[in-house]
Amino acid sequence: MAEASITSHGAVSHGHDDHEHHDSFITKYIFSTDHKMIGKQFLVSGIFWALIGGFLSIVFRLQLGFPDMDLSFLRPIMGGWIDEAGKLDPNFYLALVTMHGTIMVFFVLTAGLSGTFSNFLIPLQIGARDMASGFMNMLSYWFFFLSSVIMFVSLFLENGPAGGGWVVYPPLSALEQAIPGSGLGMTLWLVSMTFFIVSSLLGGINYITTVINLRTKGMSFSRLPLTIWAFFLTAVIGLLSFPVLFAAALLLVFDRSFGTSFYLADIYIAGEALPNTGGSAVLYQHLFWFLGHPEVYIVLLPALGITSEVIATNARKPIFGYQAMIISLLGITVLSFVVWAHHMFVSGLNPFLGSIFMFLTLIIAVPSAVKVFNYLTTLWRGNLIFTPAMLFSIGLVSFFISGGLTGIHLGNSAIDIQLHDTYFVVAHFHLVMGSAAFFGLLAGVYHWFPKMFGRMMDARLGYIHFWLTFIGVYMVFFPMHYIGIAGFPRRYYSWTNFEFSNMYTDLNMFVSAAAIITFVAQFIFIFNFFYSMYRGRVASLNPWRSNTLEWTTPLHPKHGNWPGEIPTVYRWPYDYSKPGAKEDFIPQTIPLSSTPESNLPHEQELVKLEKEIMKEEGEVLVANEVKEK
Amino acid sequence: MSATTTAIATSSKRGVWGGGNEPLKASYGKLMMWFFLLSDIFTFAAFLITYAAIRMSYPAYAGPSDKFIGSNEYWPVPEMVFDAIPFFHGAHIPLLFVGIMTFILIMSSVTMVLAVEAGHRYDRNDVVKWMLWTLLGGITFLSCQAWEWGHFIHGTPGGSLLTYVNENARLVTETVFGANLTVNEYGPAAFAQLFFFITGFHGFHVTIGVVLLFIAFYQAAVGVYERRGHYEMIEKIGLYWHFVDLVWVFVFTFFYLI
Repeated sequence: MAEASITSHGAVSHGHDDHEHHDSFITKYIFSTDHKMIGKQFLVSGIFWALIGGFLSIVFRLQLGFPDMDLSFLRPIMGGWIDEAGKLDPNFYLALVTMHGTIMVFFVLTAGLSGTFSNFLIPLQIGARDMASGFMNMLSYWFFFLSSVIMFVSLFLENGPAGGGWVVYPPLSALEQAIPGSGLGMTLWLVSMTFFIVSSLLGGINYITTVINLRTKGMSFSRLPLTIWAFFLTAVIGLLSFPVLFAAALLLVFDRSFGTSFYLADIYIAGEALPNTGGSAVLYQHLFWFLGHPEVYIVLLPALGITSEVIATNARKPIFGYQAMIISLLGITVLSFVVWAHHMFVSGLNPFLGSIFMFLTLIIAVPSAVKVFNYLTTLWRGNLIFTPAMLFSIGLVSFFISGGLTGIHLGNSAIDIQLHDTYFVVAHFHLVMGSAAFFGLLAGVYHWFPKMFGRMMDARLGYIHFWLTFIGVYMVFFPMHYIGIAGFPRRYYSWTNFEFSNMYTDLNMFVSAAAIITFVAQFIFIFNFFYSMYRGRVASLNPWRSNTLEWTTPLHPKHGNWPGEIPTVYRWPYDYSKPGAKEDFIPQTIPLSSTPESNLPHEQELVKLEKEIMKEEGEVLVANEVKEK
Repeated sequence: MSATTTAIATSSKRGVWGGGNEPLKASYGKLMMWFFLLSDIFTFAAFLITYAAIRMSYPAYAGPSDKFIGSNEYWPVPEMVFDAIPFFHGAHIPLLFVGIMTFILIMSSVTMVLAVEAGHRYDRNDVVKWMLWTLLGGITFLSCQAWEWGHFIHGTPGGSLLTYVNENARLVTETVFGANLTVNEYGPAAFAQLFFFITGFHGFHVTIGVVLLFIAFYQAAVGVYERRGHYEMIEKIGLYWHFVDLVWVFVFTFFYLI
């Protein structure tokens, strides 16, 4: 009853809340301040970068799997990087792995994932009209765009883009004469990353502030969907770790361009002494990994948040251990800042310090295992609905387990001496963070596509895409573990000169073939994505029968999201299959007082308080209405 | 939104974190400034850790401080390096000038507090007055720093005899005057590099602060905030200004005291 009266007041008195802007093309699609459009901009940019990053990996996989192959057919794209004999230039090989890493980690899985879903979902799921500052949000995208343009341009330089690996360790990256990839390409890499950091800072500050200040009535932190918790903590991690990368990059800029020696000491290059004294290359590693490790969680946490939401919805069950999920997210957030030196076990680090970092690293297995356990127990005996989003979420859980197990090996400082910088590491992080986060991204796109574009993606194509990608990812990365254990180092152009590595030529061939199939399978998704945007089946308002607030908006929400008043929240977002309820889901906007049949005893006690609050707020609304008249 | 003219319909029974309100009792703009500053702390912390790491890799000067001569073998003694003051050429007055600079910056923080307080009273004239003093404090600090840098770069009349690898990759022994990014008469090259980099980065923050202060001073003077109905912009810029001041205390401690 009370609920009905409140909504009717809202609808009448707050008609002027509608944001009926008549946008031009430029303000609607380009310099938009609407969080939904900015999210889509990030998504499309992310897809663009994923294609480039994926393509680069195919090129170097061709070199690794088929070292004798004639690559002349790539000359129209790669030009002089394919020599007369049809061979890939070794220096460009280094640039390829560098740019593949940079693009995938930062441009796809940070900007494309956080940028898309934090922007799109935070206001919709907490019940806000937009981000706290739409203008800063727009700047965030355009700084990212500028950063993208600079990074893209660097691909076409005469000396190639940056080539020192995505970690750009000095002295290699600090000295122009070291490799071609330390020239202008490296400078542009640093400039691009500086703008990227500015973009992520503008975005992150906005996300945090919005979640704190703009939650709708009733949306306490204990009623936030786990997606929002994950985006919130991701933004906190980014806020505290990216400035350290900024500091590291700025010091590197000075070493490269202004003759300082923060990272350089006692170097002879081409038989000539350099004037640099007093710097420390290991210092850069410390600064870099203070970002670098939290960055792993910046990439992963949003995917885990999306998975929580998708799995609960499609298992038609409350997420198992909601609070445990939040605590484990918090635990991962805190721990992510105190484990960075496990990337540096073989840098000459004091072994005692190594054992401390090993200990802290292995603790991360605890919150991670809690999350996996909770995903599996949510699935356990659920009424599973295998939508494409659900399949990708389950795929994420699978990668998170199989990649996480090898993390326990690598976290051991003793075992790491053998495995460091081998393909075992490559296999580990591509499963646990690369593919898992990528699957989270895809799950999110399939799940929220109806909200983004008002149409459904084709499920059958989604299933084909899923199975090809899921099997493909395992075919690519599972054999890599063996290659790594056998001692194959990362970032090597060719192994055919070594006797020990010849025996795995066929395995490398297999990996490369699987990588090509997996890459090609992504075009099914690209087609599905753009085709469905225009021709897909028109979506219903709540196609997944989900509880969260975004499904209470109109099919094509305008800037401002809800016509009339923003809905009030009365319950947590995971009331699926509640015993006694008529439907198998109860949206967050349904008051406890209107569901006496399904309320748990402690909820029944809250009904009285809920009614008092409704009465009080209803009176204020009426008073305001009178005043306005 | 439209709620600016009407009472906000959120019941107090929802609790502080129950949604529909500002749980930290701060507008989004102020929160954003706080989070930006939190982020900036990490930037400066990274620089100061860099300073500490490089500083600790050099031995300290061991002899009596009045016998100190500059050398790239050991880290210099700050009192012997920063002992100049304008108009007293050749005098040895350790740390007085930088003490004055620091005092000016801290006083500008005090006047900033007074400006914020005047804003709470909606006293336009007082806001303008105290913003002007703060602005002058900021500009004076920057001018002092310019002199300090100038003196550091020009060096002492005697210079120091150093052996080092020069830009042409030649090992040379010569008298060095002042400081640049390759060599300096006071200590190891890293000493001047870190000095220029970190005080420069701080000075860059102060410069941005002075620009912001000027904008706020101008807007307060022409009545923008009076028409807006609140002086929150002064508070936000105040947060930034206090932060810059606080960072200077750390930079001062690292470079001049230890």
